[in-house]
Amino acid sequence: MKEKDKPEETKALKQAKDNWTVDENTLANADLPEEERDWFCDARPKVVKPVSWDPMEKFLNWARAHSLWILAFGTGCGAVELRPLLTARYDISRFGMAPRPTPRQSSVFMIGGYVSIKTLKRIVRSYEEMQGPKFVVAVCSCAINGGMYWDSYNTVKRIDHYIPVDVYVTGCMPRPEAVLAGFQKLQELIMAGKAEGQNLYAENFDWYKANQKQVITDWNMPDYNW
Amino acid sequence: MNKIYEDLSSRFTLSDYHQQRDNLAFVTVEKAQLVSAITYMRDYLKFTHLVLMTSVDWLEQGKFQLTYLLHNYELHVNFGLKVMLDRDNAVMDTIHHLWGHARVYQRELHEMFGIDFPGSPGVNEPMILESWQGPPPMRRDFDTKKYSEETFDHRPRQHVEPEDYLRQNLYPED
Repeated sequence: MKEKDKPEETKALKQAKDNWTVDENTLANADLPEEERDWFCDARPKVVKPVSWDPMEKFLNWARAHSLWILAFGTGCGAVELRPLLTARYDISRFGMAPRPTPRQSSVFMIGGYVSIKTLKRIVRSYEEMQGPKFVVAVCSCAINGGMYWDSYNTVKRIDHYIPVDVYVTGCMPRPEAVLAGFQKLQELIMAGKAEGQNLYAENFDWYKANQKQVITDWNMPDYNW
Repeated sequence: MNKIYEDLSSRFTLSDYHQQRDNLAFVTVEKAQLVSAITYMRDYLKFTHLVLMTSVDWLEQGKFQLTYLLHNYELHVNFGLKVMLDRDNAVMDTIHHLWGHARVYQRELHEMFGIDFPGSPGVNEPMILESWQGPPPMRRDFDTKKYSEETFDHRPRQHVEPEDYLRQNLYPED
């Protein structure tokens, strides 16, 4: 279920290095109109280091793991599984989880299945708008390797090249028990201090941005959306 | 059904009449006569509902087949009108003045097959393929597997034979 892919050198990054110089000035929201500048942040994401006092960090991780708020953005057919999870039968609120309607208030992004390029644009923006600490759970095989859309012209094959993923749940589609097990695995990872997707994103920000711009060819939003 | 067909054939040049079920029939119309035939069916024969517009790519013949499926609520009958278009110069008259929702179908056909409908509102705007740069993807000469391999990063295949997996776990010393 848990799988960490180290970012490798893709053709997207190679191309980006050729014609798109990676430095702080190019990525800033310099070409925005004056009145829109305040809407977006003008700094790169930063790596958040753990608190130096270890018991405090453990306490914080425990608190984070038991208050996961899910972004209710149904990105694919796996979002159907959220409804039984939220309602009485599986009742995810036993674990301190609840759906939230906006990215600003939520901490878990559930990628529910296939991601088309049009959706990927919204996913990137929503992910960046989420406040840290934030985690990503990729549900369904389409988000892992394309699934039944392995040869589709419009479906992104692996979502972990565009946003960092903490836990994968396989299946087409997984039963609510499997999704629940995935969320419990995420809680374990958080309590062990291993769910570091947000820091991974900050460290390899240029790599992720290059990959995103490789498939989203009409990039008409600022590089920093949070 | 036959009555409708006879009524139509006395006014328009039809060919390939084919009755598929008691309440479903198809007929091919000349391209220039299609809009008048559809208007006649809507206004006089009470086919008031455009069920769908779709297209078939006949690559070998070099043709696109456009199908307009109409429904009559009084007789509960579906009638399909087909038009054959040239594949190289696929242009068809718009019917959005008859049914407003036809422009959605026309927009989709323009995006997926590259059939142009001049005058249809918003026909050039992308519907689901934002920033699409390749050829129209539903044409049969578009190689979707090749396009996907060139465009996207694929996860390398990790295949484990169940037999090997069991042998390694049950009899590791072998």
